[in-house]
Amino acid sequence: MEFAANITAAALFQQILVGLSRTTILFIVSSGLSLVLGVLRIPNIAHGSLYMIGAFMTWSIATVVGGSPAAFWLALAFAPLAVALVSFVVERGIFCRLYDREHLMLLLFTFSLTLVFNDLVKLIWGSDYRSLNAPDFLQGSFSIFGLPFPRYNLFLLLTGPLVALGLWLLTNRTKIGKIARAAAVDREMVSAVGINVSWVFAWVFVIGCYLAGLGGALVAPTQNITQGMDHAIIIEAFLIVIIGGLGNIWGALLGALIFGLTDAIGILVWPQFAIVFPYTAVVIVLVFRPKGLLKSVW
Amino acid sequence: MHNNPLTRPTWIAGAMVVLALFLLPAAVPRFYVYMAALILITGLLATSLNMVLGFGGMYQFHHAVFYGIGAYGFALIATKTSLPSWVGYLVAPVVAALLSLIMGLITVRLSKLYFGMMQISLGSLVWALVFRWYSFTGGDDGIHGVCPPEAVSSTTGSYYFTLSVTLVCLWLMYRIVHSPFGRTFQGIRDNPERTSAVGVDVRRHQLAGLVIAGAFAGVAGSLFVTVEGCAFPELLFWTLSLEILVMCLLGGWFIFLGPMFGAAVMMTLRTFVGIYTEYWTMIMGVVLMLIILFLPEGVLGLFKRKTTGDKPAEEEA
Repeated sequence: MEFAANITAAALFQQILVGLSRTTILFIVSSGLSLVLGVLRIPNIAHGSLYMIGAFMTWSIATVVGGSPAAFWLALAFAPLAVALVSFVVERGIFCRLYDREHLMLLLFTFSLTLVFNDLVKLIWGSDYRSLNAPDFLQGSFSIFGLPFPRYNLFLLLTGPLVALGLWLLTNRTKIGKIARAAAVDREMVSAVGINVSWVFAWVFVIGCYLAGLGGALVAPTQNITQGMDHAIIIEAFLIVIIGGLGNIWGALLGALIFGLTDAIGILVWPQFAIVFPYTAVVIVLVFRPKGLLKSVW
Repeated sequence: MHNNPLTRPTWIAGAMVVLALFLLPAAVPRFYVYMAALILITGLLATSLNMVLGFGGMYQFHHAVFYGIGAYGFALIATKTSLPSWVGYLVAPVVAALLSLIMGLITVRLSKLYFGMMQISLGSLVWALVFRWYSFTGGDDGIHGVCPPEAVSSTTGSYYFTLSVTLVCLWLMYRIVHSPFGRTFQGIRDNPERTSAVGVDVRRHQLAGLVIAGAFAGVAGSLFVTVEGCAFPELLFWTLSLEILVMCLLGGWFIFLGPMFGAAVMMTLRTFVGIYTEYWTMIMGVVLMLIILFLPEGVLGLFKRKTTGDKPAEEEA
């Protein structure tokens, strides 16, 4: 047991910032999962694989385009779209035929997607590590209270609220968003007023998967892009969605904050068991609020 | 029981299969004996999952946790204590049942899918602890060089031990499924409101089912360590849980021996497809997709329907 005995305020502040940038990724990924859960009622196990594909795709696009500073931005723009395209093909090709099956079958179907996607990643990108550099002006660090803070993390901190705002606009200010929210509550009624629910589902599924891809694209410069990076994120996203309230986007934000911050503080306090801190927070939340913190759409 | 499914031909066929399994080590090379032991263990695990999944209608998405904890329970008794390793066979189901009880107390009041997602999340917490706690569980290396009791340490010895324990467990589970408790359990699956209305405590029955299934998974875990001589964190990783779910689906979850059949098919496929390609998980994924699309009752379910002319078992929404 190695408790860090003297944690300075500056170190704590720095670690909180790191936790908040991690929160951004977690929020983006889990909001996509939550969206699909809320409207389609499907726990999409393949969400983590799409996140991984997003990261590898970002690496490929940035590498193909070459060293110019625009390469990263192009990759950031197109990699999530490529992931969305993959999910669109799967949804229209197979998934949309299964909506009347029971949840367990749908879950197992997404698991079969995971198996196929993960081997496809191995087939296309091999089993080596990949790493990607952020554009020049996002490399290096700031100094905050004499401690370094990576510039890229600051970029992530700014991206998170933008995505949250975009999602809010999408669900509250656009027609498709309003229909999707209505379909989440009562799909028969939506269908009865003459709206093609199947296409609403397709759009929601594709947007959810786009968010997984975006999360993967954003995380690409901060860590090794590797096989198996889907395993941890999918369970974390599950937990976040559960403590936030199934299907609630703001719940995903709250859950991601709790998860990201407890994880960051855990790393500071007790590095070996850092992983236990967010999980413990989750259990505490669930003992007191078994249905999640915010209102679940279920 | 006027509709006893154990008709005379079934008895004869069953007895012949058991006899063949007992004669197996004399007939085939050691590798196949070892494979057969692993199939029996995984089949036992899948059957225990199916008690809550197929017969109880509960979405237990993370059953492998109890398997892994049983394996670690046995391995820790055998390596870290001076107790005879036989004690491990008692400890494994007890710790697995205890863990199942704790997780069940938190999750059992939740609705179906919520319950499943909670199980997978809490189970992952257990996995994270095992994965990180180097001083106790060996972390990501696991525990190696576990010596099972002398009598069952050879390949043949461990096979016979596995076979005997598996048969006893299957018989016990069969009795439980066909006991008044098991009938009530299936009543809850088919109509929880009505079962509750006639005075059954639904939550308590479900909790009991979870604990019993967890204990049998723990037994399977201790058998795994007997055969392999090691325990590692992958035993309680969520992908294994979904794999055994697939085995239940493949065999058909309304049939008692369906999961055992599914386990045999999957394990054999994995071993032999694995020789030819490193992309066997993709093949497994495609097979799973095809089953979901065309065979939702599983292979044995289809066979049963074709032979007996039964209507397909009703699916719940």
